[in-house]
Amino acid sequence: MIELDKVAVSYGERTLFSDVSLTLDQGSFHFLTGPSGSGKTTLIRLCSMEMQPTSGHVNVFGASTAGLGRDGVSALRARVGVVHQDSRFIDHLSVSENVMLPASVTGTVTAHTAYQLVELLGWVGLTAQTDNFPPELSGGERQRVALARAVIQSPDVLLADEPTGNVDWEMSQRLLDLLIELNQLGKTVLCATHDLHLVRYAKSKVAAKVLRLKGGRVEVAGSEL
Amino acid sequence: MNVLAYLKGDATLNRVVPPSGFTAVLTLASAAAMAFLAVFTMALALAAGNLASRWEAELAGTATVRITAAADVIEAETEAVLTALAQTPGIEGARRLDGQEQLELLAPWFGTGLPVEQLRLPVLIAVEETTEGPDRAGLEARLAAEAPGAVYDSHGRWRAPLIEAANRLKRLGWWALALIALVTGATVALAASSALAANAQVVDVLRLAGAKDRWISGAFVLRFMLRALAGAAAGAVLATILVALLPGGAEVGLLSGLGFKGAEWLLPILVPLVAAGIAAAATYVASTRTLRASA
Repeated sequence: MIELDKVAVSYGERTLFSDVSLTLDQGSFHFLTGPSGSGKTTLIRLCSMEMQPTSGHVNVFGASTAGLGRDGVSALRARVGVVHQDSRFIDHLSVSENVMLPASVTGTVTAHTAYQLVELLGWVGLTAQTDNFPPELSGGERQRVALARAVIQSPDVLLADEPTGNVDWEMSQRLLDLLIELNQLGKTVLCATHDLHLVRYAKSKVAAKVLRLKGGRVEVAGSEL
Repeated sequence: MNVLAYLKGDATLNRVVPPSGFTAVLTLASAAAMAFLAVFTMALALAAGNLASRWEAELAGTATVRITAAADVIEAETEAVLTALAQTPGIEGARRLDGQEQLELLAPWFGTGLPVEQLRLPVLIAVEETTEGPDRAGLEARLAAEAPGAVYDSHGRWRAPLIEAANRLKRLGWWALALIALVTGATVALAASSALAANAQVVDVLRLAGAKDRWISGAFVLRFMLRALAGAAAGAVLATILVALLPGGAEVGLLSGLGFKGAEWLLPILVPLVAAGIAAAATYVASTRTLRASA
């Protein structure tokens, strides 16, 4: 579904990756770990087509992102849901409007979407917050709204960048359970995290592959996890 | 087209752009001020045009023959002029002004009760020309031969500069309207660019949600178009009310005749619509350029 082939990313003089290759198959669950600054967020952004590599190729659903153009990227966004660490929202729109945003901006709102919205908000436990605005939400609530927004279009792939970064352990488990549920529905999940406790918690529930970014390369983590 | 999407009920299109901020005030206020000026300028241009047309219509096809001669020949010359006029093709009719009519002509300067019989006044003959008019050169040559004291004045000498001045004023008005439209467009484009820059995070979120730049641009176009429409409507209504309250009497002159006549009163309705169109075009250009630059 998503393939990185000999990808390198440099910021000026600094090389973040030199030769990263990675394939996310349909229905797979990957954790992406590594210390802060190792490039987890950059790798997620590459997969979500928010940036282009310095060299190498990123293919999303068989199409090279280099030749997609902005409209091409927009068209693929419906198939790739993203939950960012800082869970960006439009603050003057309500929770339900923010969750509906991917459907609204692509003109795919139907009567069924409204039904989906109610279901989704119930699924992430935010039915009572439907009419609230993002600044009124706690960190955990924001992440759950971001997750609901990421899946409203029923994407094939879900990319989560430190989704539990700003929440307590209980909420982290709850968020991870939601990701696992999605994976069990056949969605491909890539979750970047620095929290190895979370990875261990997940491995008891799902056959997740753990990748570690180290020295500018991706390696599969061993049994120490 | 995204505006159509909004009209069909896509409320999010109008909601994604933050509803307040200095760009909202700037757009509303400038649209209101420009619409106010536009209505007044339109009234001025139309009044000047109407005045020029009226002068042209009232004075076209008329002429005056003035006969100044010694007392013993003036009646003979008058008869000769009337005869010549009656025989000239292109002359509809000619009539000698009587003493009372001459008194009325002089009243603005000398008041009433002027002893006209004691003054040596020229004889005045009012002439009506046909649409084609007479052969001026031939007529003047004949009058010079038969009535040397007669002067044929078709009013063109003093009428043409006045009409030209009124027409120039009208053209100036339309140029001023074009300038107002240009300034409105520039102001809205500036406001739209500022709004896009100030809402970079909103644009970022929209892109991540899958919005194409055309959709984002459409959201800003819709918001600024509606703001300009509201502001311009307020300005145009206020200006129209003030124009209606101006002293009437269009027949008196330009300033007292400033206003609209008949169907012209519908023209101020166009001002907000044109302002909205200009705002939409300016925002589209500004947002497309800004979004392309931030790609």
